[in-house]
Parts: sequence; structure tokens; C-alpha cells
Amino acid sequence: MSDVKVVIIDYHMSNLYSVKNACERTGVSAVAADDKNKIMNADAVILPGVGAFSDAINNLKKLDLISPIKDFVNSGRPFMGICLGMQLLFSESEEFGQTKGLALIPGRVVRFDANKNIKVPHVGWSPINRPKSGLGKWMDSPLRDVQENEYMYFVHSFYAVPENNKNVLSVTPYGESEFCSSVLSGNIFATQFHPEKSAEKGVKIYSEWLNAVRDVKGERN
Amino acid sequence: MTIRIISRLDIKGPNLVKGIHLEGLRVLGKPEDFARHYYRSGADEIMYQDVVASLYERNSLEDIITRTAKDIFIPLTVGGGLRTIEDIKKVLRAGADKVSLNTAAIKEPEIIKEASRKFGSSTIVIAIEAIKQPDGEYLAYTDNGRNYTGVEVLGWAKKCEELGAGEIFLTSVDREGTGQGFDIELVRMVSRSVSIPVIAHGGAGRLEHISDVLKDGKADAVSIASMLHYNFIKINKNFSGYEHEGNIEFLKSGRNNSRVKNTGMAQIKDYLISKGIDCRPTVNVGALKR
Repeated sequence: MSDVKVVIIDYHMSNLYSVKNACERTGVSAVAADDKNKIMNADAVILPGVGAFSDAINNLKKLDLISPIKDFVNSGRPFMGICLGMQLLFSESEEFGQTKGLALIPGRVVRFDANKNIKVPHVGWSPINRPKSGLGKWMDSPLRDVQENEYMYFVHSFYAVPENNKNVLSVTPYGESEFCSSVLSGNIFATQFHPEKSAEKGVKIYSEWLNAVRDVKGERN
Repeated sequence: MTIRIISRLDIKGPNLVKGIHLEGLRVLGKPEDFARHYYRSGADEIMYQDVVASLYERNSLEDIITRTAKDIFIPLTVGGGLRTIEDIKKVLRAGADKVSLNTAAIKEPEIIKEASRKFGSSTIVIAIEAIKQPDGEYLAYTDNGRNYTGVEVLGWAKKCEELGAGEIFLTSVDREGTGQGFDIELVRMVSRSVSIPVIAHGGAGRLEHISDVLKDGKADAVSIASMLHYNFIKINKNFSGYEHEGNIEFLKSGRNNSRVKNTGMAQIKDYLISKGIDCRPTVNVGALKR
């Protein structure tokens, strides 16, 4: 039933069931793979992930997937990062000192400070909003069908701080401040929240992203 | 801070059951029917607890997980009888998002470290079954509050956090199924002492109980069973497929549990919002029912 080849990168850092299931719900049977040829031949790639940043980078290195991921992104085809898969796209993380990331988007990944107002990890549903500076991009992104202030499901202790404000697609309040909850940078779309765990609105994000994947494929052919 | 409402479903074999003080189980229906209903009505998460830890029936639990996970796009936590890393892997592969450990963690705390390292802290929930002792001390039990361990609750909760647990699922066995309200003292004691989220469970009978444990008990999430189950039973008339599972006369009679006030997810959320408690509203969910 699949008209596009979507690969979920399996670098042994997370349960891929729900990501696969969300794709299936929108009519796309995505394939999990840790093989660079499969990744390079895909129409679109999803990088999921939960767990530690440094473990993730080490696994990607062991599987020899760092350059294939970068090459794929540079080819201009649609690429989606989820949760840790979003954080890995940045230059570096402050977890365990400093760990270098994939550096596809300039910026750093930092930890929430636990205090009396917030618990760490941040687990649960929080709203996503447009940043003041990025009004135009929402409607051109997979979020276009999501209302302002819609609640999405988050599980994380770290969050990304993009160097360039124009990469920030949405922000989310936590405690006294807000953090970047999704980014858009060229062909990269990435979310700190889990759209596959954010009920029907989250599934809708997958379906919008997969529609864009079809469009891009159509243009290429 | 947004709080969560978690629908807890106790499972025995293929059935959803419910007891009092975790005992005296009654068959209520098919877990996946209830889970689907709670998902559609705006539950923030679903929790499945295999109450008989039926290791010999594991395949049936895994089938239930897979059937459920296919239709619900919110987090699903599964607990009960998970002893090893391999057991955890199996339920995650079947479609669970998180696992809940109790006995295995108390027997061998290092499994928390190993499992959180392997699957991510956010995947590992530690269930603590607390019983208040005559001297006021809270002790952790296992096997649905039947087995004494001598482990003191607060110290154990802190240790779980230290070892990498992502959340604490805190049951007051004394209150469980009674509808008398949460043990606020217990919840507050644990929630204030750890920085990971604490889910309060056991005792919800009225809407005020839920707001009390969030405001006074400082819970980060609340787990509800009876209040929601008995509400759905009134709607759900699908008794097929589990007649062989013992006595369902109670179900067919359409009676309620008199200890709890039946309520729907939307009523709970609306009530909490009216009390100034931040939670994900249900209005946005219902619109997309299929």
C-alpha cells in the first residue's frame, strides 16, 4: 500500500513500534533499518530515539550511520527527528560534559534545572505555540493542521537551544520559562514531543509530513 | 505544570478486573475495549497491570498489548510479573511504551539501573505498593500488597530515582478500590522528596479526591480505575468472549460499585480545569473520533 519508501533508523535506542504504527495509520508502511544503503535509498527518513545522547551517538558511530545520515539530509529529501532524534541533530549536548552531535542544525542541547516549580524529566502533555519570531513557518510545516496551544506528549530531561531563532518552529512553556519544542530547517522537521503518542492530532502531524514526502517524491520524478 | 490522568486497567488473563485493596477481583470486560474508550474520551495515558503476574499466560498479555497499541496513540505502560531485561524487551516489542516494575526491583535494585540504561529512564516506572504500619511508617509490599518486604517507602523511592527510574507509580494499598480518597500524606511525602514525577494511585472515589491529591499531595499524575470503569460499564454491553472467565453476573446486572461516583474523563478534566489545575483539555480530542 506504500507509495513512498520511509525508513525509520534503528540504532537500538528505542522502541520503534509506535512510530511505525503511526505511519501505518496514515497508510505508509515504514521500514526499520540500520543499514546505510536502505537509508540512502529511502524517500524519507525518521530518526527516533529515547535515552542518553552519548549512547545514541556511540551507537550511530558503531553502526557507521553518521555520514549516511548527513548525506541523506544534504540530498534534500525529507528528514524527521523525534525526541532524542531531534536533539542529535544539533552541534553538541552538555550531557556528561560535552558530546558532539550531528551538527546539522547549529545549537546546543541543555538540561532542565529541577527546582520546586518543575520536575525533571518533563513527562506529560504540554501545549505547543508559535514563537513570536516565526509566525509564517507554522502553516508551511507538518504542524499546519494543529491549532495553536494544542497539547502534545513530552518525555525528556534535555532540550535544544537553536543558535538561529529562525529554526524554531514551536515553543512550549515549562515552569517559568519556555523551550524550543520543534524545529524546521530546510528539509529537516523535528519535534521534542512524540507525535506518535500525542493522540489524533499527533497522528495528523505524521500524515501531513508524509503528504509532503509524497509531494517531494513527485517533484523528483 | 500540566498534570496527567492515567486510566489504570488491572488485567487477569484476557479480562479487565477490579478488586478492593488489590484483592477480590471482579471481571469487568475486555481491557482493549476500555482502553480504546478512554483514549477517545481524552485519557492522557493508559496503564495495564497484570494482577496475577501470569507468566504462563504471557502470550495472552502480549496479544492484548498489541491489539491495544494499534488503536491508541497515547503512552501505554505495562506492569506485572516482569522479572528480567528480556521480559521488559518482550512487552516493549509488543507495543508498550513504558514498563512498571515492583517485585523485581525490590529483589534486585540493580535492574533499575540496567533497564534505564538500556531502554531509557523514561521507559522505566517503579511501582511502589505502600501500606501504612500501626506506628505510622510506610512500608513497600509486593504481589498486590500481600508480601512484606520491610523496605521503607521514602528511602526506596529516593533510591529508585538515584538508580535511574523515570517515574514512581505510588499505590496506597490501604485506599485502593475503597473510594475513600487518596492517602495525601503518603503522596506528598514522596512527591516532595524526589525530582522525578510521582503518580498517585488508590482511593479515588469522587472528583474532589483527585483535585486534593494534586493540590495538597503534589502529585504529578493521578491514576484512576473504578470511577471510570463503572462509568463505562453502563455504556459497554459487549459481554461476548469472556463468559468462560467466571462470574459476570455482577456485570450483567448493571450494578455499580457503591463506593465510587462514576465519572467520565471529560468530567474529570473539566472539574480540574474549573479548580485551576492545568491539564490537557479533552475538547480537542473528541472531534477526531472515527
